[in-house]
Amino acid sequence: MATEIIIHDQKDNVGVVVIEKITPKQECTCWIMENDSSTSIQSKDEIPLGHKIAMNDLDEGDTILKYGHDIGKVVKPIKKGEHVHVHNVKTKKW
Amino acid sequence: MEIPKSFLGYKRENGRAGTRNHVIILPVDDISNACAEAVSNNIKGTIALPHSYGRLQFGADLELHFRTMIGTGSNPNVAAVIVIGIEPKWTKKIVDGIAKTGKPVEGFHIERTGDIGTVMKASKKAQEFVMWASEKQREECPISDLWISVKCGESDTTSGLASNPTVGNLMDKLEPLGVHLCFGETSELTGAEKVCATRGATKEASDKFMKTWSAYNDFILKEATDDLSESQPTAGNIAGGLTTIEEKAFGNFQKIGNCKFVDVLEPAEEPKKGKGLYFMDTSSAAAECVTLQAAAGFNIHLFPTGQGNIVGNPIEPVVKLTANPLTAKSMSEHVDCDVSKILSREMNLSEAGDKLIETTLRVANGRLTCAEALGHKEFVMTKLYRSA
Repeated sequence: MATEIIIHDQKDNVGVVVIEKITPKQECTCWIMENDSSTSIQSKDEIPLGHKIAMNDLDEGDTILKYGHDIGKVVKPIKKGEHVHVHNVKTKKW
Repeated sequence: MEIPKSFLGYKRENGRAGTRNHVIILPVDDISNACAEAVSNNIKGTIALPHSYGRLQFGADLELHFRTMIGTGSNPNVAAVIVIGIEPKWTKKIVDGIAKTGKPVEGFHIERTGDIGTVMKASKKAQEFVMWASEKQREECPISDLWISVKCGESDTTSGLASNPTVGNLMDKLEPLGVHLCFGETSELTGAEKVCATRGATKEASDKFMKTWSAYNDFILKEATDDLSESQPTAGNIAGGLTTIEEKAFGNFQKIGNCKFVDVLEPAEEPKKGKGLYFMDTSSAAAECVTLQAAAGFNIHLFPTGQGNIVGNPIEPVVKLTANPLTAKSMSEHVDCDVSKILSREMNLSEAGDKLIETTLRVANGRLTCAEALGHKEFVMTKLYRSA
């Protein structure tokens, strides 16, 4: 089955684009590795290979979960389906 | 897949086995590089290992210098060594250290002789060594003679999704066969440090890891002029979709699979607790890390990359793998093992692990890595602080 997005862990609120890019309003199939299940999402942005998509709405101060773990904090509100990267997420370290 | 129980390696005097049969010309210090390079130009089949340091170092930094020099010469991938330094004392210290392995080693110092006379004497000995080494044959060695180090570079999210877990899968399959394994990259475990600490095989190993990580983190916080966002993640990491050091760390951490580490090593320190996984305190810069692991005695290196790091090492073959389909396509001359089909779900992790084991054994048996064929010989000493 064609998979556009892979999610590491059931708890994660972001997924990773694994095709060359996804385009706005694309219906994407997501594979959750941890339990080998599937879900779907409609993208809002163009997102290139390896970059992350928000799996739900996120507010400033929320924690991004990937691998089931805390990988940083939201610094600008993010809508479900939007691109998640250095423009809206920062480290909690250093 | 049935994992082969042996590989074809070079048996050394001290019982270790090499995957390569190098004769190296090792300069003790920066000003002896010219001599070492002249000798390797004269005598075909030898490699000079020029570097930038070795003068006026002191304390722990000097100890690390000697440990790296002696460890490099002692690595089982090295058949014989010519050591060249400006002064006799430090030259002899390195020669004596390497001689403990029982392999042929001879030192030359430049003072009172000059470059030309030293090059002549050292070249004669290097010729003798290389002709002797050229008769060495590969013999069947148990797979437990493999000492495998790992380090990832120019990582992106495909590293954490697929190429690093592929290395983890290999570790899970080879660890029970008695191999030595080593991971490092202290700074790039930041964010995952507490989870990593739980993977110590003993409380002592876990505590030692946290102490080591904390010391590095304190140093970074003390020296940093900004939030390190220019360096960690790198511009390449960010282009590849990695957003924070924590995300990079959890991806990095996938390389050890489900293994537990038996001990924490100083930079370039040889493991002393037998088979199994070790953590080494290293920088996360590729060439520095691989140089330290090679100096600790590791004889083959696995290097997952996302965006396409191209590093090699003069004595330890560096096997590259990638899961990024764009990198596999656009930089194919650097990729020994392509596992990008994991992302399209045409290959599962266990199949990828098997493919990497197969590649690793072919390289251990003598197949050149991409980095070797392309002439990558990055030998970079780690320096702890400025010299006296």
